[in-house]
Amino acid sequence: MTTSTVVLEPTIDKRSARQVARDTRKHEAMARKRLTSKGATIAAIVIAFFWTIPTFGLFITSFRPGSDTQSTGWWTVFTDPSFTLENYRLALTSGGTALTLAQSFLNSLAITIPVVLFALAIASLIAYAFAWIDFKGRNFFFIFIFALQIVPLQMALVPLLSLFSRGLTINEVTIFPGFDLRGVEHSFATVWIAHVIFAMPLAIFLLHNFIAEIPAEVIEAARVDGAGHGQIFFRLILPLAAPALASFAVLEFIWVWNDLLVATIFAPSSSLPLTQSLNSLSGTWGDQWFLQSAGTFISILVPLIVFFLLQRFFVRGLLAGATKG
Amino acid sequence: MTDIKNAETTPAASPPPAGRGKPASRGSAAANRTTLLVVVVGLILVVALFLFMVTRAPADTKPTTLGFSLNSFFIWLGGLSPIVQIPLVLVVFGAVVGLLLLLIEYAPRSGKGYFWLRLAACFAIPILAFMLLRPYQNAVIYVLGIAIILGAILFYADYRSRQGAGYLFQLILFAAPAAILLLIGLVYPAITTFFQSFFDKTGENFVGFENYIWTFTNPEGFWSVINTLIWVLLAPTIATAIGLAYAVFIDRAAGEKYLKVLIFMPFAISFVGAGIIWKFVYDFRQGDQLGILNAIVTAFGGQPISWLSASPLINTLLLVVVFIWSQTGLAMVILSAAIKAVPPEQNEAAELDGASAWERFINVTVPGIRSSLIVVLTTIAIGALKIYDIVAVMTGGRNDSTVLAFEMVNQQQRFQSYGHSAALAVVLFIFVLPLIIFNVRQIRKQREVR
Repeated sequence: MTTSTVVLEPTIDKRSARQVARDTRKHEAMARKRLTSKGATIAAIVIAFFWTIPTFGLFITSFRPGSDTQSTGWWTVFTDPSFTLENYRLALTSGGTALTLAQSFLNSLAITIPVVLFALAIASLIAYAFAWIDFKGRNFFFIFIFALQIVPLQMALVPLLSLFSRGLTINEVTIFPGFDLRGVEHSFATVWIAHVIFAMPLAIFLLHNFIAEIPAEVIEAARVDGAGHGQIFFRLILPLAAPALASFAVLEFIWVWNDLLVATIFAPSSSLPLTQSLNSLSGTWGDQWFLQSAGTFISILVPLIVFFLLQRFFVRGLLAGATKG
Repeated sequence: MTDIKNAETTPAASPPPAGRGKPASRGSAAANRTTLLVVVVGLILVVALFLFMVTRAPADTKPTTLGFSLNSFFIWLGGLSPIVQIPLVLVVFGAVVGLLLLLIEYAPRSGKGYFWLRLAACFAIPILAFMLLRPYQNAVIYVLGIAIILGAILFYADYRSRQGAGYLFQLILFAAPAAILLLIGLVYPAITTFFQSFFDKTGENFVGFENYIWTFTNPEGFWSVINTLIWVLLAPTIATAIGLAYAVFIDRAAGEKYLKVLIFMPFAISFVGAGIIWKFVYDFRQGDQLGILNAIVTAFGGQPISWLSASPLINTLLLVVVFIWSQTGLAMVILSAAIKAVPPEQNEAAELDGASAWERFINVTVPGIRSSLIVVLTTIAIGALKIYDIVAVMTGGRNDSTVLAFEMVNQQQRFQSYGHSAALAVVLFIFVLPLIIFNVRQIRKQREVR
């Protein structure tokens, strides 16, 4: 962050300096008071209320007995409370598709965790090259990769899918016959590759911005000590860029875990993630809100835990990348 | 390949980063020309070999491997339980990356052993990479030829590099994984989709601009364009405005952390989950209402409304609300951090000058967080342009609530109409274009400052 803080050298004696400091503190207190005035607090609480109420309603519903949820609104629970955990048991074991929610929960884990680590590793390698290896066309290629965000995911789906399944055949000469993964029980390979590809432009951009800000002296010192790029990357850059890596990991985890489209297109039916099961179950469950609500909260749980565990890195890393200037 | 040529012609102005290899003394103009010539001849040879390969009639069509391939690895992995797959694939991937880093570290060093290491790696890596793809027998000999020539070019160009031997080698190892992924996954699909948009359903007959005319005249195409415009205009502005207001209101307030979490939580919820949550809010039925929106309407004596089938535009606006609800948290978190980075002295100075809270906000805070505002607005705008899940889960595009990104998949999956789908993709591409151009300009400005 390059802040334009102007430090004024005080040319006054200590007593008046103390006086100034006291005044400053007074003004700061005043400013704080005014910014957090009653009106602002009330407005904030109103916004928070409206933002929470939809989730809260479904949360309550997920604990109400099924027959109640079909006949009365969730707000009646305050006058007539009755709760159960039965909905969660039912939701986890029922499967509208071939998979139960519990099975697709495991699939979601098996898709998300490798994707996050693959993307981080591959993106940080090239981000390092962009930041610390001088080569011609460096700026051009960097901006080109950033601009690749322009390609809508949907645009890449069909060509990529046909590359995976039919391979690359030019004039009857087959260079790459595609992956033959039919009959494989849990195949995530194509989903992994697709997700990693789509994560690349933003990952490279954010990580580069952070890695480029590491002071040049640190790297120069390591070089003088005889470290090559491999060591500098592994021993220096990775630990120093940890906040950025963590923040992108959170973001990518949330996106991949919550993705519906990529998994629908690339995952075979036995490897579908939670979002897909939830979506199809929500169709078969129809108006059975007690099941839909329980299923929804099962799917929310993991990204929330990840966010809370890593949230202190989240803003720090993201900001260094996102708001340079 | 451009990398090689570029590095070849780079003037020696830039300091050699790992210049412990060969000194750049033999970088005379004549030597430079020789190198360039050799590289160009090599590349021409590769292209010739490739053309020769694709014009040969297939002799035998069986996949060939070195005994293992990506395919056999994925089949073996796929037979295991999902939970076992996670550590296994991570270990294998970690080993590959580790090997890459070891090569990057050791190969550029000077000395006889390292020379042979580089030479071996230059030939082994391309051959291994091509063979992992299981080329058919009729292609193998050419594929191997191409791999060997590529390896030779790489080694030679690297050896003659101005920055010392090993410089180009490590640069390519750093960049290759991401570059290959981007080429096959984004650049190549973008080009094929563009050409496909001028062909019909089957992709065989050229139809000119017919698919584009369909996009703007057919009801589905027309509404997807209109609705996408509504999404991209409303969602980023409203989400950013509310996020900013909230960030200012709770700045340095008691319990700021918890108030933030309340707003941020929806961002961690999937659009599928968000869709279900809001479908419940909008729920409509005869008799007692379960959805809170209709419950409020009926409590005031109104008739319950089937919100999600209310067209035109009402259902789209209600879907946009879901997206705003979900993205405001992201805007708030980023802007809140940006506000805290504005030097407090500026605010105090403005206050001493008698500026009101509103004036201070407009004249001090907003300019201070300008770049963050741009990032937030464009991120959410791009998200809104590409929105698929919310529409798929909540309305399935019925009642004129479809958007470009949804209709694209819809045309593909339901109607197998690849031409229409590609045309929709190109229209979407054109919508994203100005946003990216604007951002690229910002980045260039920043990089010039640095």
